[in-house]
Parts: sequence; C-alpha cells; structure tokens
Amino acid sequence: MEQELTKKTNILEGSSPVSLDQLPQQDYNILNLGPTHPATHGIFQNVLKMDGEKIIDAEPTIGYIHRAFEKIAENRPFYQVTTLTDRLNYCSSPINNMGWHMTVEKLLGVKTTKKVDYMRVIIMELARISDHLICNSVLGVDTGALTGFTYVFQLREKIYDIYEEVCGARLTTNIGRIGGMERDFTPKFWQKLKEFLDEFPKIFNEFDSLLTRNRIFFDRTKNVGGISAERALNYGFTGPNLRATGVDYDVRAMNPYSSYQDFEFEVPVGETGDCYDRFLVRNEEIRQSIKIIEQAMKNMPEGRHFVDVPEFYLPPKQDVYTKMEALIWHFKIVMGEVDVPVGEVYHSVEGGNGELGYYLVSDGGRQAYRLHFRRPCFIFYQAYPELIKGSMLSDAILTMSSLNVIAGELDA
Amino acid sequence: MQNITNTLEINHSYILERIRERIGINLLEFDHPYDILTITINKECIIDLLLFLRDDEILKFDFLTDICGIHYPNNKHREIGVIYHLHSLINNIRLRIKTFASSEDPTFLTASLIYASANWMERETYDFYGAIFQGHKDLRRILNMDEMNYFPMRKEYPLQDGTRTDKEDKYFGR
Repeated sequence: MEQELTKKTNILEGSSPVSLDQLPQQDYNILNLGPTHPATHGIFQNVLKMDGEKIIDAEPTIGYIHRAFEKIAENRPFYQVTTLTDRLNYCSSPINNMGWHMTVEKLLGVKTTKKVDYMRVIIMELARISDHLICNSVLGVDTGALTGFTYVFQLREKIYDIYEEVCGARLTTNIGRIGGMERDFTPKFWQKLKEFLDEFPKIFNEFDSLLTRNRIFFDRTKNVGGISAERALNYGFTGPNLRATGVDYDVRAMNPYSSYQDFEFEVPVGETGDCYDRFLVRNEEIRQSIKIIEQAMKNMPEGRHFVDVPEFYLPPKQDVYTKMEALIWHFKIVMGEVDVPVGEVYHSVEGGNGELGYYLVSDGGRQAYRLHFRRPCFIFYQAYPELIKGSMLSDAILTMSSLNVIAGELDA
Repeated sequence: MQNITNTLEINHSYILERIRERIGINLLEFDHPYDILTITINKECIIDLLLFLRDDEILKFDFLTDICGIHYPNNKHREIGVIYHLHSLINNIRLRIKTFASSEDPTFLTASLIYASANWMERETYDFYGAIFQGHKDLRRILNMDEMNYFPMRKEYPLQDGTRTDKEDKYFGR
C-alpha cells in the first residue's frame, strides 16, 4: 500500500519523464520556443511539450537560415568558397577558412612551410579563444550574471582588432589564402598580439573567479543537460561537448594538421558532460590556446608567408603590372580558370565546437564536383531533445547556450 | 584487448582482408585516395558491414563521422550515392564506404538504428538527393521547406534559374 502511494506521488511530482507520459494528453502545454527568441541566441525553433515548467518532449525545427552553401560551392572556383566557410561558424570563422585552405592544399599536394603553419596556428587559436569566450560568457548571461560577459567581450574586440590587422575584416574574415597567408604579420600585428597576451590573464582570471566558484552559477549548471560518454559518441559529439563527457578526442592531438605536433598543450576533459563541465573544459582550452600562441610566437620560423602555388596564390600586385607570367596567373585565378586534379579528400580541423570536416570530390573541372561540410553543430544538436527531457524550461536555455550551437553552421 | 591492437599493425590491406574473411561481403571497388581507405559495396550490405565494423574487437570503427549524398547523372543505374565516413577512435584510422542506387529507386537502408547521429545526416541526404532510407523513423526534409517538390542538390538543377533574362549579354553591350 505504502509503495503504491509513493509510486503515485512520484508520478504526480514528475520525478521521471517516462511515468509522466501516462498522464492524459490534455495536461500538457505546447510552447513554441523560437524561431526568434532573445534567449536562444540565433534562429532556433523548438516546439516544447510541457507539463507545467517541466519539459516532456522537444521537437527542433532547423533550416531557417539555410543558404544552400553546398550547392553554391559546386558553382564557384575554390578561392571563392572561402567566403562561404566564413559564414558557417561565424564565431570562429578563421578556423573554417584555414580548414578549407588546408583541404585544397591536401588535394593539390601542396606542402606548406613551418612559417605558414605557425602563422595559421596563431590565428586559429585566437579564433578558438574568441569562440569559447562568447560561449562561456553567454552561459553566464543566461544564468543572470551579465558582468562576466562585459569583461570578456572587450577581449573579443581585441581579437577582432588583431584579425583586422591581418586581413582587414572582423567577423567574416576570409583570412589566409590557398598556399599561405595573404601577407606577412606586420609589426603592428605583433604589438597588438603582445598587448592582448599581456592583459588577457588578468581579465580572464577575473571572469573565471566570477563564475567558476560562484554558488548560483554552480547550482544552475551542475547536473544540467548532461550526457554519458557512450551516448555522446553515438550522437556524434565532437569538440568540447564530447571532451566534457570524458573522451579525450581532439583533432589537433589525434590527427595533427598545420604543425600542431610541434606544440605542447593538454586536452582537458570533464566527467559528467553537463553544462558545468562544458564550461570548465572551454575555460581550460582557452588557457591552453594561450599557451600554444606563446609557443608559436617564441618559435616563429623565418621565411616566406606563402608557398609556390602560382595557380592559386595571387601574385603581388606590382608584378601583375610588370610581368607577363604574373599577369596570366592573376587573370586565370580571378576568372576561375584553373583546373584542379581529380580526387576526393576528407580533411578535418578542430573547430570552435567540434570536428569541422570538408569532404571534397573533384572531377578535374574548375569547381568542386561535390563539397560537403561536416558541421559539428548539425550533428550534435539532434541530441538536444534528449538532453533537455525532464528538465525545466530555464535549464533548456542554458543547455542550448552551453552546447555552443551556431545557427549559421547548423543550417549551412 | 589493448595488447592485441597494439601488436598488430592495422593498415588498409589488413582491414580489407578482415572484412573479406569475417563477413564475406562483396567489395565492388576499393581504393585509398589521400590516405583514406575507400570501399564500394552493394547497398544491401551496409547494415551488416556497419555492425561488423562497430563490434569487431580489433577494427572498432565505432564513430560515425559523416553521411553525405552524391549524384552522378552519367552512371547508369548507380546515379545516387551515399557516402559514409567512419572513424575508429582507438586505432585512429578512417574509412569511407560508398553505396549507390539508381535514381528511379533510390532506396538505402538506414543506419539511424545503429548510430543516433545518422538520423539528421540521413534526413539531410534525403532532403538534398532524395535518397530514401528504409527503416528511418522520421524521414522528412530538414533544411529545405516541406513543400519543396524536387531534390535541389541533384545535378539536373542548375544554381541559377534558367528562365532569367536580366543577365543576357545584350544588356551588357556584348
């Protein structure tokens, strides 16, 4: 009798989402979260089935900002595809750009020099820092702590100033070229980078101390949106979200590209895969990225900032006006009249939120025959209903921001 | 188990041999472009192969990296392709599997019962190429709108509307 009673009260309190399904349908509310909602940081729609404030089921709808990148990429010369990759994960577009350049270089069989690799590593790690900074500080905002966000957003501005020094753009960077970087780092770049590295630890530690041991933040994020390592692998999680569950898979360490094997860094892992662990993993990755940048600065090799791929790397402008060969290459590149070798290549880089892969099939024409982006968000976002089932609405908001889902990457 | 994997060198020929030896699947083609072993199999065998690769104690291809479609309009009866990228995280080796079907009957078997991640990947492939995954619980369009009545990534659909007239040469004095 007593057992039966506790069972009943459990159902009423809704301790487990399974038993709640036995309640009649009319007791549920349907809530449209999104497509545009200030708390979801992008165009995400979720139709939530709710019992009071508890989520019973969620149905995500995606594709609101689908821009057919894969179709467009089949109709453009390679160098024009870079601008499409900018708009995937726009919080860390330099990583996407570099990943694309490296994919094409792999197809062409071009070996970049250490100088190019190290330059790229600096830019990519800066991008990773800015990506993680946004994600972690916005997680703070969603728990009601706006201060940390205002601290680190300055730092992101500084990083964007550094991009500006290299490529002239801030958000959609189009940084680097196939075969190297567009120009060597200027003295002003080095000065800005040094300033950034000097002031970073102080501000970042302050941010860290505001949130990491904050009781309210801890209570809001601990045991929220957790997933086991086994489920995470089954769902195709990669990046910080996978590492938070305790699996130390990092493309940089496992399949080093762009000379990552020269650098010493640790791959932080969590345990429970909940929002708090994801936060901690990202914070530690930021520190590791700083370490990598410092090593790259210290060991920056001498040499040219590009390698010899005249059919893809634009010649210097003064040569175009004075030398026949440079003029021909310039024309051929800009008009997209360069044939590429036949082949199929898969290249992946560790993007801001996971393994960003490029699967490129070339039939020897001037454009890609097929280009597929393996977008980490798209793959792990399908676990979202499972992550939020049985939790409160406010936890669902937190879970989404701690997954670091970027609408541009999700919808391609 | 760790010892076995460490003492054996797992290379491409070893994987091919093990697949042939253990489950006797007919490998139509194999190649290794840019260091990724690529095998082509009959579309009916895909589930057997994925299960074998996942559960094999040495190969352990237990991570589905990606599924994507491809369209070769000139390959008669093998127009629509579905390409799987697998990753053995323990051995750190990648594998690419290709299957093909005709565009009249583009049916494939679903991998979503083995890998939860295959769910949306297959929906995306259906959305773009019209590949139908039998056994998939919720095969709907995912990125394009539901009302769309064609599969836009197929090669017969050009990027630009063929009826457009505003880009004709005469408007540019050519």
